[in-house]
Amino acid sequence: MNNKFTNIVFAAVLAVLAASEGRAADINLLNVSYDPTRELYKEYNAAFAKYWKAKTGDNVTVNQSHGGGGKQARAVLEGLEADVVTLAIAFDIDQLYQKRKLIPEKWQSSLPNNSSPYTSTIVFVVRKGNLQHIKDWNDIVKPGVSVVTPNPKTSGGARWNYLAAWVYALKHNNNDEAAATAFVGQLFKNAAVLDTGARGSTTSFVEREIGDVLITWENEAYLVLREFGADKFEIVTPSLSILTEPPVTVVEDVARKHGTTEVATEYLKYLYSKEGQDIIGKNFYRPTDPEIAAKYAKQFQPLELVKIDQFGGWDVAQKKHFSDDGVFDQIYGAGK
Amino acid sequence: MNAIAQPINPARLVARQQKVLQDADWVRWGLVAIAVGFITLFICVPLGLVIFQAFSKGIAAYWSALSQPDTLSAIKLTLLTALVTVPLNTVFGVAAAWAITRFEFKGKSLLTTLIDLPFSVSPVISGLIFVLLFGAQGWFGEWLSAHDVKIIFAVPGIILATLFITFPFVARQLIPLMQEMGNQEEEAALSLGASGWRTFWSVTIPNIKWALLYGVLLCNARAMGEFGAVSVVSGHIRGLTNTLPLHVEVSYNDYDVVGAFAGASILAGLAIVTLILKTALEWRQANR
Amino acid sequence: MSKSSIMPGFRPTIGFTLIYLGLVVLIPLSTLVFKSFQLNWDDYVHIITNKRVLSSFRVSFSTSLAAALIAGFFGFIVAWVLVRYSFYGKRFFHALIDLPFALPTAVAGIVLATIFQPSGFLGKLLIDTFGVQVAFKPLGIVMALIFISIPFVVRTVEPVLLEFESSMEEAASSLGATRLQVFGKIIFPNVFPALLTGFALAFARGVGEYGSVIFIAGNIPYVSEIVPLLIVTKLEQYDEVGATAIALTMLVISFVLLLLINLLQLCGCASAQDNSKEVRT
Repeated sequence: MNNKFTNIVFAAVLAVLAASEGRAADINLLNVSYDPTRELYKEYNAAFAKYWKAKTGDNVTVNQSHGGGGKQARAVLEGLEADVVTLAIAFDIDQLYQKRKLIPEKWQSSLPNNSSPYTSTIVFVVRKGNLQHIKDWNDIVKPGVSVVTPNPKTSGGARWNYLAAWVYALKHNNNDEAAATAFVGQLFKNAAVLDTGARGSTTSFVEREIGDVLITWENEAYLVLREFGADKFEIVTPSLSILTEPPVTVVEDVARKHGTTEVATEYLKYLYSKEGQDIIGKNFYRPTDPEIAAKYAKQFQPLELVKIDQFGGWDVAQKKHFSDDGVFDQIYGAGK
Repeated sequence: MNAIAQPINPARLVARQQKVLQDADWVRWGLVAIAVGFITLFICVPLGLVIFQAFSKGIAAYWSALSQPDTLSAIKLTLLTALVTVPLNTVFGVAAAWAITRFEFKGKSLLTTLIDLPFSVSPVISGLIFVLLFGAQGWFGEWLSAHDVKIIFAVPGIILATLFITFPFVARQLIPLMQEMGNQEEEAALSLGASGWRTFWSVTIPNIKWALLYGVLLCNARAMGEFGAVSVVSGHIRGLTNTLPLHVEVSYNDYDVVGAFAGASILAGLAIVTLILKTALEWRQANR
Repeated sequence: MSKSSIMPGFRPTIGFTLIYLGLVVLIPLSTLVFKSFQLNWDDYVHIITNKRVLSSFRVSFSTSLAAALIAGFFGFIVAWVLVRYSFYGKRFFHALIDLPFALPTAVAGIVLATIFQPSGFLGKLLIDTFGVQVAFKPLGIVMALIFISIPFVVRTVEPVLLEFESSMEEAASSLGATRLQVFGKIIFPNVFPALLTGFALAFARGVGEYGSVIFIAGNIPYVSEIVPLLIVTKLEQYDEVGATAIALTMLVISFVLLLLINLLQLCGCASAQDNSKEVRT
């Protein structure tokens, strides 16, 4: 009897809920991301909401938080309840496992292509006319060239910048690390401003009119041209650069708590679909799907791309270059 | 001890001038020129730039920037934060000023210094301490997550950080004034048989009302405008945990210059309007 | 002020003050102390004496000192003018002084960087006429900190100037002192403690300032990297303990500074009162 009563109450509650919410469930996801993906995810979130509505009838709202990669990962560690994280470097996502086991150890193998649905690389932006005749990495270490890049200590993008220069220097100096250190050191001696994030650097270069060359993400460079005019800036693609693989993952611990594991996983998987890949290409990231990549191939200049694996992955690179008293600190400490 | 921003009744400024010995004209005008030049350079020009940028694409663009849902929710959150923090810190300020200026006790200097402390703590540190306390890896982190209470990266965290930052404002206004006033008037009222509350409301409050108002205004301005500390505890979720100052930064980084400066113009405008209003009120009151 | 036995409300007010102070300020701040216990003394010294940390302390202290001095000098003139002279638009200027409290520091940073950038209208002027670049140099930090410091100086000096006994001035000039002598011998010594307080408050605030500075500093290690930025950097490197070690050091410095200010105030008030009594009698 009691059971029956409970059932009736339960059904009534459900009916009220269904009536008030129009049957479709409202789902909220939080995507914690790095700085230059603002435009990409703005477009992608709308597309995914439409796709998910058509597929399940549920309304998905994806909330966004953007900031420097290290800051964002720390926020998630300290309790920012992100269902998914989409950061600039695997090292930062890896901390979610290392420090709090919010994600499984092998998180990077849960999605195709090392969990990177899009890739990009590091290129230069110069002012129209390219007065300094900058063509490649060896041109920007020349004395008198003023360089704008974020600080590798606070920006994931800047770590890619640094490593791209490092790879180039190694290749042109027969893998001599001392020579590469000197090369990268020269580059950072030319730095006029070290902003804390990639967006800050873009602003310094574009709005503050500081520097001759901005080292930045390829996608950010094309966005500069779109936002501020191709008549004011030019993109220079170096002969060799690093293949940047910004990874994505579901923060399983949080998603389980929110009951959003399924939709969060689908949210990331949809990035690999034709539609997702198309939005990625439109926003100047390099799609990983061969077909869509071919479609957008002509918008990018060809160049030789080196993978982070050549350094033994992020853990090794981080320790060697960016930890306290690592190579980066030595560069600035050397002259003092 | 003295205060920053001790209230000045402008009417007294006028009365004052008649008594003071006059300086030579060239000294007067020279100094006025320096002062006005300095304030123009460091305050008027930045303020002008904010307004210029906000309206750089016309009034329509300004309004549409302000009526974005994200902007509106940032304004709402900022108002909510001020609405909670300002009354709390006002009550505290009055209580602390009463205790410190009306009684003698050991460790008074230390207490005053501790009250001032949030003034000189770096905003970065002000945010960090609340993360250390309520963050998932902090002191209460496990308990909070077990009970599903969200403080950091949610509204309570923003309110706490703002409470900390604006903690001294009202107290710092009142303490020097009440110190200087002494307590003869209150003692007189009390010895005539008035109750403690009555004395406070009809003797103390009328004497300190301008300082109190000024403290509340400053506290409010700072509560609405705080950036550094709030930025650490907010999580920067658009439309949810971005206060107006954070929204300004986000818009600026979205290359939305009009949106950014429209937000900034609201904060600056609000502060200036309230301060001018307060000055005007005082003049009327004094000239009556 | 003597102890008053008939004054009511000591227990509730002091009780509330202490509890509220404890909850909002002391308990949160104590986390820094406890976190630092994870370090032993040698580790702490190692972190603090790191070359880069030391140089950021140097940058922070020297720029704050310069800014507080400049703001002190001009702030004194502003306060003087606001108290003693009347001119058109004075009320408006009077209200503007507090703007730096209200404007978010990030906005201040962005705006000042726009003005002083090499192509900005003041930045260009300074480069063309004096060959000095302000933004993205340590000088840019000084500019941002001056902006932050203005209300601290002006609002500390103003009330003291206002309360100043004009009878002292009159007495001095009737005895034949020139205006400059009156200012140097009578007015300035009396205002000096307040000015010093304003200066010290501005200095203490400047050392910790973050939001406005990072937009205009350039943030180059050993040149224009400030202490709060280094704390943020350490945090983003997941080095919480290192960050708290630096933060605690800053906290202790600001506490000592404030304690000095308050002691200064006590002495200052006492001596000012003595002076005025002497003159009156």
